[in-house]
Amino acid sequence: MIELPGLGHLLGQTLRREFTIGFRNRGDLANPIIFFLCIIVFVPLGVSPQAEVLQILGPGIIWIIALLATLLSLDRLFQSDFEDGSLEQVIVSGQPLYWVVLVKVFVHWMITGLPLTLLAPVLGLMMSLPAEGYWPLIISLFLGTGALSLIGSIGAALTVALRRGGLLLSLIIMPLYVPVLIFGSAAVRNAIDGFAITGQLATLAAFLVLALVLAPLAAAGALRISVSS
Amino acid sequence: MAWQWFHRLGSPRWFFDKTSPWVFWLGLVSLSMLLFGAVWGLMIAPSDFKQGNSYRIIFIHVPGAIVSMAGYYVMAICGAIGLIWRMKLSFMVMKSVAPIGAVLTFVGLVTGAIWGKPTWGTWWEWDARITSMLVLFFLYLGIIALQEAYRQQDAADKTCAILALVGMVNIPIIYKSVDWWYTLHQPATLKLTEASSISPSMAYPLIFMIVAFYFVFAWVVLLFTRLEVLKREKKTRWVQELVAARV
Repeated sequence: MIELPGLGHLLGQTLRREFTIGFRNRGDLANPIIFFLCIIVFVPLGVSPQAEVLQILGPGIIWIIALLATLLSLDRLFQSDFEDGSLEQVIVSGQPLYWVVLVKVFVHWMITGLPLTLLAPVLGLMMSLPAEGYWPLIISLFLGTGALSLIGSIGAALTVALRRGGLLLSLIIMPLYVPVLIFGSAAVRNAIDGFAITGQLATLAAFLVLALVLAPLAAAGALRISVSS
Repeated sequence: MAWQWFHRLGSPRWFFDKTSPWVFWLGLVSLSMLLFGAVWGLMIAPSDFKQGNSYRIIFIHVPGAIVSMAGYYVMAICGAIGLIWRMKLSFMVMKSVAPIGAVLTFVGLVTGAIWGKPTWGTWWEWDARITSMLVLFFLYLGIIALQEAYRQQDAADKTCAILALVGMVNIPIIYKSVDWWYTLHQPATLKLTEASSISPSMAYPLIFMIVAFYFVFAWVVLLFTRLEVLKREKKTRWVQELVAARV
């Protein structure tokens, strides 16, 4: 009987490994952020450069682009581990897959969701977002991108065995993003209009907690199926 | 002993043999109910004093929408049964429900648009119920797309089951969020616990049509599942003998 190392050791090692891999692939690291910045250019070009129009569109557009950036970066989440067989090793090792998935998603969020959140005020500036909207934008994205990464990890796990899973991943995950988008953009808009936003932020936090508990379970189940088939 | 039937259900062949006589009778009952309900609703029921005859689309719209939502739950529960008890047949039912549910959702959306034009003066309105029906439609399309993407049937079944279960957890959340987001649609007129706000002369044919739609749904699911059984078991001897006997 081989003694398995403790959970803390597992988490620490996985965290270190994921960060190392994440920072070695510099391209993957920057792409979602560049995408985020690129798309924002299309809004004034495609709709109108007038400040009044951008002001109305701003909160929703920034939220939608953050959502898409998260979604597009997700298909690499388990891909390389699946291809080189390390995912299989993790599964046969007998370690709880739930925690491994959670750590992987956390690192994914650290290198995509968190930079997007921190960049959001710059985009707000470009969309002439009123000053009251900045903090709500940052807080709602902080809570929301976490939930987006977690929910998206289910889709990434479901499609990992497919060669061209990217578009399919978006198709199956988008409907599940609806509630997060509604409450996220509503928080920013309400703040601009001078209403209370604690309700929206609390709901976003609730989504995050629910996703923290359930999403890694579903993703772990999907990974087991993908690996065994 | 009491559970024997349940384990037998795991055998596609047993299911196929047992349900053979059902196809005709269930089809007859469901189609005649549909016809009777349609005549009752579209011709006999009184016309609405505000909306005139245009309200009569309710007899297609409401049953289609209700059964499409129930269909998702049928699909998810079948997926769960398949995952837990490794029952192949359950996955076949799950796969069969997805396109039927998608079509019913589409029927709900299209009849809603047709009804919306004379009543609200617009084909499409971003209202809570319409939007959540549209999201439900996309959920169905996602399941169908995932099912089609896998070459191996086993992997397709299990991944779709997980997606259906995830969707099932999300549907109430999506529904409530969208509801909170905006509301224009009239609230439900049929209520189980309190008095309905619809006249009984209209309510009875409506309830009848809902039941009829459930029967039609069950019948079509049965047909699709039997087809799926034949497709997946085409290499077995009993299917080849069955086909040889028919040709």
